[in-house]
Amino acid sequence: MQQQQPTAVPLIETPAPASGDSVPVVPLRHPVRNAIAVVIVILAASAAWNVATNQRYHWDVVVSFLFSPQILTGAALTLMLTVVSMTVGIGLGTVLAIMRLSTNPILHTLSRAYIWFFRGTPLLVQLIFWYNIAALYPVIALGLPFGGPSLVIGSANVLISPLGAALLGLALNEAAYMAEIIRSGINSVDKGQYDAARALGMNRAKLMTRVVLPQAMRVVLPPTGNQVISMLKGTSLVSVLAISDLLYSAQIIYSNNYQTIPLLIVASLWYLLMTTVLSYFQTKLERRYGRGFDTATRRVLRPKRRKA
Amino acid sequence: MSTVMVEAQGVRKNYGAIEILKGIDMRIEQGTVTCLIGPSGSGKTTFLRCINHLEKINAGRLYVDQQLVGYTERNGKLYEKKESQTAKSRLTAGMVFQRFNLFPHMTVMENVIEAPVHVLGRPKKDVIAEAQVLLDRVGLGDRGHSYPQDLSGGQQQRIAIARALAMKPKLMLFDEPTSALDPENVGEVLEVMKDLAAEGMTMVVVTHELAFAKQVADQVVFMDLGVVVETGPPSEVLDAPQHERTKAFLSKVLT
Ligand SMILES: Nc1ncnc2c1ncn2[C@@H]1O[C@H](COP(=O)(O)OP(=O)(O)OP(=O)(O)O)[C@@H](O)[C@H]1O
Ligand SMILES: [Mg+2]
Repeated sequence: MQQQQPTAVPLIETPAPASGDSVPVVPLRHPVRNAIAVVIVILAASAAWNVATNQRYHWDVVVSFLFSPQILTGAALTLMLTVVSMTVGIGLGTVLAIMRLSTNPILHTLSRAYIWFFRGTPLLVQLIFWYNIAALYPVIALGLPFGGPSLVIGSANVLISPLGAALLGLALNEAAYMAEIIRSGINSVDKGQYDAARALGMNRAKLMTRVVLPQAMRVVLPPTGNQVISMLKGTSLVSVLAISDLLYSAQIIYSNNYQTIPLLIVASLWYLLMTTVLSYFQTKLERRYGRGFDTATRRVLRPKRRKA
Repeated sequence: MSTVMVEAQGVRKNYGAIEILKGIDMRIEQGTVTCLIGPSGSGKTTFLRCINHLEKINAGRLYVDQQLVGYTERNGKLYEKKESQTAKSRLTAGMVFQRFNLFPHMTVMENVIEAPVHVLGRPKKDVIAEAQVLLDRVGLGDRGHSYPQDLSGGQQQRIAIARALAMKPKLMLFDEPTSALDPENVGEVLEVMKDLAAEGMTMVVVTHELAFAKQVADQVVFMDLGVVVETGPPSEVLDAPQHERTKAFLSKVLT
């Protein structure tokens, strides 16, 4: 059924009315799209109502465990694992990316080999490897290669605790992925930027830190956001090393009280909260590093308000 | 007595097996304007980049401000320069590119003060004051807070000139500074360059703007296929060329 005649809006043909008012513009309406949206909202609301009122979810149990010390400690540990391994992963990944782009064939090959190895083997295997490193190398020492004299630093069991093994495993694995992300970011920077920076007398370090990497950030940030979030949830893998991260803490509780679903909901709520906070920082960073690239778009989307 | 700012003796440059510069000889006196002209692919950009150590030369000698480019001469031997030394040598010349190459993530002011602050390590306050003078001089004193992408090509190129001047170079290199511009923006950039020439800056300009060359150049160098074909004042090279290749090129450009 045709509800309304398409209104002809003469924008160019007729000159503006003598009063100086512009011609009224009737925006295009989307009745079908709006109707679909309403249906979806109703469906979603009823699903939410259903979940909220279904006794078998045991919302009371969810609430009672939401702030239990064990869960909170687990959440803190998960956050710590994520932040530390991402930080180390990004730092090492940057070095690997620069090595990979180096003209020195040795550095280039080393970086490629590293990325090949750490991306090509399962993270779980890497974690277990670091956990069992003491069985392979009981003593950690600094020394000359090929059996020269060495300085004993300590027993591997003491130096690499389960938590240390977890951090080592997560960070080294993450570095391989970050290296590729950062490399693509560096490659996205125009070659003319290198010429300009060098012509201004910048050495390689200045050129990278002042000119290339800040511009690469724009390309690097969105996939890095993905990495952070999958790391946040991926840390649950460390439960194989008997580390009580968020998910493992929930599992310990429900293996005692058999409230599996409510405790998984508790864990999920915390994961959601942490993801939300991290995404907020991502948005802020993207805005910060988008400066100078998207000002035109931004002005269109958010016109400056003028004080009346 | 005039001093020589750039002296090239048999400069050769090759990319792999292809020789791009086949023995360039050139003398550029301090305080003069040299325009490099020639067909596409003749090696003008390459030579300009050699002057600024952006490309290594493979043979011959190239002196910029009495310093050998790329090497240090000691006891009759040439030692290749370290990267840090090369970076310092680049400070002699300022360079302006065809595609501006402003830093898009920095404001106009940040672009101009970047190198004086972070390469020379000068106090930011002094540098900002000087940068403001430079921006006023190129007619963009009120655009310090803009980002390059919000400026026209002509404005961006004028900022690029100000950015190069902020390092107080002894020599300015321009690689087709107006050929990426809309026609209505060419004039404003050439004006800034004319002012600079009038102030006595030594300039090497690769350009297709023959009118500019005629008006401003002390010396015009015509290059073709990696060699210098003809050198002289514009009245000779542009108005009364001696070589067939120069004549052929000029007739193509002027029509
Ligand atoms: N990095 C490079 N590797 C290989 N060949 C190159 C490189 N840079 C330039 N060339 C080649 O060198 C030749 C000279 O290039 P150059 O840019 O110096 O010419 P030009 O005189 O500036 O030309 P135009 O007027 O088109 O700018 C060209 O044939 C080009 O293809
Ligand atoms: Mg060129």
